[in-house]
Amino acid sequence: MGRMAEVVGRARAAFSSGRSRPLEFRLQQLRNLQRMVQEKEREILAAIGADLHKCGHNAYSHEIMGVLGELALTLEKLPSWAAPRPVKKNLLTLRDEAYVNPEPLGVVLVIGAWNYPFVLVIQPLIGAIAAGNAVVVKPSEISAHTSQLIADILPQYLDPELYPVVTGGVPETTELLTQRFDHILYTGNSAVGKIVMAAAAKHLTPVTLELGGKSPCYIDTDCDLAVACRRITWGKYMNCGQTCIAPDYILCHPSIQSQVVENIKATLQEFYGEDVKKCPDYERIINKHHFKRIMGLLEGQKIAHGGETDEASCFIAPTILTDVSAESKVMEEEIFGPVLPIVSVKNVDEAIEFINRREKPLALYVFSNDKKLIKRVISETSSGGVTGNDVIMHFFLATLPFGGVGNSGMGAYHGKHSFDTFSHHRSCLIKDLKMEGTNRVRYPPSSQKKLDWAKFFILKRFNKGRVGLIMLALLGVVAALVIKNHQSVLKRKALLVVLAVQRLGWLSVC
Amino acid sequence: MQQPLQLPVQQPPGCGKSSLLSSSAGAAGAIPKGPVVCSTVSGNPYAGLVSHLRAAWLSGKTRPLEYRVAQLEALGRFLEEKKQDILEATALDMGKPSFEAYFTEILLCKNELNDTLNNLSHWMKDEHVDKNLVTQLDSAFVRKEPYGVVLIIAPWNYPIHLFLVPLIGAIAAGNCVVIKPSEISKNTERLVAELLTCYLDSDCFAVVTAGVEETTRLLENKFDYIFFTGSPSVGRIIMTAAAKHLTPVTLELGGKNPCYVSDTCDVQNVARRVVWGRFFNAGQTCIAPDYVLCSVEMQEKLMPALREAITEYFGSNPRESPDFARIVGDKQFQRVRALLRSGRVAIGGQTDEKERYIAPTVLADVQPSDPAMQEEIFGPILPIVVVANMDEAIDFINARPRPLAIYAFSCDSKVVNQVLERTSSGGFCGNDTLMHVMLTSLPFGGTGNSGLGKYHGKFTFDTFSHHRGCLHRNMGLEAINSPRYPPYTQQKLGLMTATFEIKRKGMCTLL
Repeated sequence: MGRMAEVVGRARAAFSSGRSRPLEFRLQQLRNLQRMVQEKEREILAAIGADLHKCGHNAYSHEIMGVLGELALTLEKLPSWAAPRPVKKNLLTLRDEAYVNPEPLGVVLVIGAWNYPFVLVIQPLIGAIAAGNAVVVKPSEISAHTSQLIADILPQYLDPELYPVVTGGVPETTELLTQRFDHILYTGNSAVGKIVMAAAAKHLTPVTLELGGKSPCYIDTDCDLAVACRRITWGKYMNCGQTCIAPDYILCHPSIQSQVVENIKATLQEFYGEDVKKCPDYERIINKHHFKRIMGLLEGQKIAHGGETDEASCFIAPTILTDVSAESKVMEEEIFGPVLPIVSVKNVDEAIEFINRREKPLALYVFSNDKKLIKRVISETSSGGVTGNDVIMHFFLATLPFGGVGNSGMGAYHGKHSFDTFSHHRSCLIKDLKMEGTNRVRYPPSSQKKLDWAKFFILKRFNKGRVGLIMLALLGVVAALVIKNHQSVLKRKALLVVLAVQRLGWLSVC
Repeated sequence: MQQPLQLPVQQPPGCGKSSLLSSSAGAAGAIPKGPVVCSTVSGNPYAGLVSHLRAAWLSGKTRPLEYRVAQLEALGRFLEEKKQDILEATALDMGKPSFEAYFTEILLCKNELNDTLNNLSHWMKDEHVDKNLVTQLDSAFVRKEPYGVVLIIAPWNYPIHLFLVPLIGAIAAGNCVVIKPSEISKNTERLVAELLTCYLDSDCFAVVTAGVEETTRLLENKFDYIFFTGSPSVGRIIMTAAAKHLTPVTLELGGKNPCYVSDTCDVQNVARRVVWGRFFNAGQTCIAPDYVLCSVEMQEKLMPALREAITEYFGSNPRESPDFARIVGDKQFQRVRALLRSGRVAIGGQTDEKERYIAPTVLADVQPSDPAMQEEIFGPILPIVVVANMDEAIDFINARPRPLAIYAFSCDSKVVNQVLERTSSGGFCGNDTLMHVMLTSLPFGGTGNSGLGKYHGKFTFDTFSHHRGCLHRNMGLEAINSPRYPPYTQQKLGLMTATFEIKRKGMCTLL
């Protein structure tokens, strides 16, 4: 048996034993995870730093803080999330128990990405554990230090059979994907997303795909440019542009283009000082392959600022391109680097049209003092998520579902959305074995009378008034009680009474 | 890539014309604002249709509440005015009794329609969410947006219901829809193709009649959502095709729905409810109780009760009862008939090939290796498999793929709860069959082999909507943002932690 089959088989056996299901077990594992993040903070920051040339502060605020926040939220809310959720009943089910029971799916696979290598496996892991599943964790091999660290420390704090870590590259991932999982959450690019979904289809495994795209950023002429550009600069150049929800490109009127450039330049100076390369707060491109890819996007472009590079250290300076043509290479693929093209549009209509001609992005940004304009852009476009008058920030609100649409992905997570993603929501209706009287309307042989009864019990009226509702409910209760108390003798009479009432025109029959 | 296109030719209402659009000529639309799929000679026979719908979608026509309500009301008129045609067509297709047809194809659909019309404006509203400290002054909400052009593929067993209920949600959510009814229920397929588009806006809603091969071609197109009801094997094909375009899917599949009957129960009532659920539509129901698990003593007690219920419902000769359906086609008839070679026939067992009639049948002492236990029966045969006790029943269920529904009958609520807690299935009904899907507030869907996703009521609307997380921030108050900007300092980190982090309630920081 292959290594992957063994690992997954063990996780499945561990899940089948039932030990990941009790609430106390889940809370315990989550507390252990919390301890791990706190006790191993230095090692985690060092590993991320080694992978992305990221300073401790950045690594903490980008990755650790989010994880700790998610853990705190989940530990507090899990008991309420995991409880059965009663639903509204109809006349027929008034005496029954009707609820949705959140249940674990089984064995979940989490495939991480290299750009935020810690949070992008740990955050899904939190939700999957919370929902009572076994979880196979596969961090990205490209962020090798973090991947190795996770493989080392996770088994020290979590149940190693239920939550194994698998390391490796493409061959190992391909082998892993032949196994049967009950849910797969993948973070990465659309091309591989298709491969993951096709592999999942063989086992009818539901998937959550957190992909990417070109997240547009429209700057209206009516806007505080200094503030807008500061926020955009922050979101664009953090992690050296290697953020799935970074503002990929700017759309604005040509008359403000040079102001935008000046503002961003000034902000860059403020953030990173005179010599960006020497600044400890500025990251590097992950590897030579991506370095070369981004370099290729600069060919033939008008560089308004930046453009300096150093292959040896995978350094690319924060760069701004102006008068970019929509057909150029830099506008074809997700940049995922510190290069910010500015494309001219005459007005917001053109911007909306431009955005809609392209694949639906993961995030969309619009800056304007005009609230109505922002609302309009949101209404007339589609994207995974939106932040108005800022960038990135919708990611940090756990009550908002985080995910893509169309080419940028499917499904969502964060906070309770993670718990729901990794749960099966099982509908439960528990009836009484008695009360057979009310069931007679549905049994053959059929009759018009039975049909009328069925309509009475089941059909929702269009535009029913509140009074009508109360009357209906009262009648239903009366009918149920009468039938219960006088089951064998009087039930026919009771039915006739109610039918008579119905005929009197209290209730309109469609 | 944009071609100059002519304006659409509107179909007048009451046309009665077939709307089959399988040629690449298709209908034209206004100049689209989005990616245009050009139909090629070698290729894609449905490209023209899909691109026509996509153009209508991009025009924004389907989004206003008034438009959606108008289309939904038109669907209501379709159900009302074509009621008789629907009853006749389904009777021709599988001898569906008119009571059953009225109940599932008209009544339950009207229910969903009214539920949606009553609540749509509320469902469409932005859902405001709780905020954290740093976003206190912002507007944070989830916007429900249509996906675009969606595809609904329906099966033959409840041929109106199983496309119409998803369609209600798809329209309510603001999408354009391609409907592909089953080619196996031929009469209903023809009815839908000829009549439905006279009620709905033909720019935005189309019916495609297609067999297996044409459906494969249809799936080559990019849809923004695919809703499929059918078998797990075809479900895999659909999801694989969807993966090529990263199209999200809901798959309502099937399986063998076990029905555990404990020793402590009211045998008469159990028998009635099980017989009703099993033989409804001659067993051709995805949530029908597929087989019974009980002790050998219970099997003996159940048998006369089952016989009594069958006689009460269908008379001494069910073949003459107007309330008992037929198998939909010859292929299906042969398949189901072959399953009779399992255990021993305790009740029924008669068949008539010409009529595609199989009597309501109960098989006793069925072994797990028997033909009836190898596949979903989807016919009027109820095998009884003997188990020693509840634990054995639960193990039996858990050794098999997760079904769409599990049923447990017992006067002891602890028994019902045990079965519920120790198994997994799409849905669960204690002490009855089928009823859990009639409550629109309960989500209806499978898990594992029985499917993914869910619908009914608001869940249908949510299924066909993209839930977009939106944060609308203040342009001012920039000072609040300064801790997040470089150059980084320890002080800034402290501030960030204070405003971003979620602390556990009741945790004393002094500890």
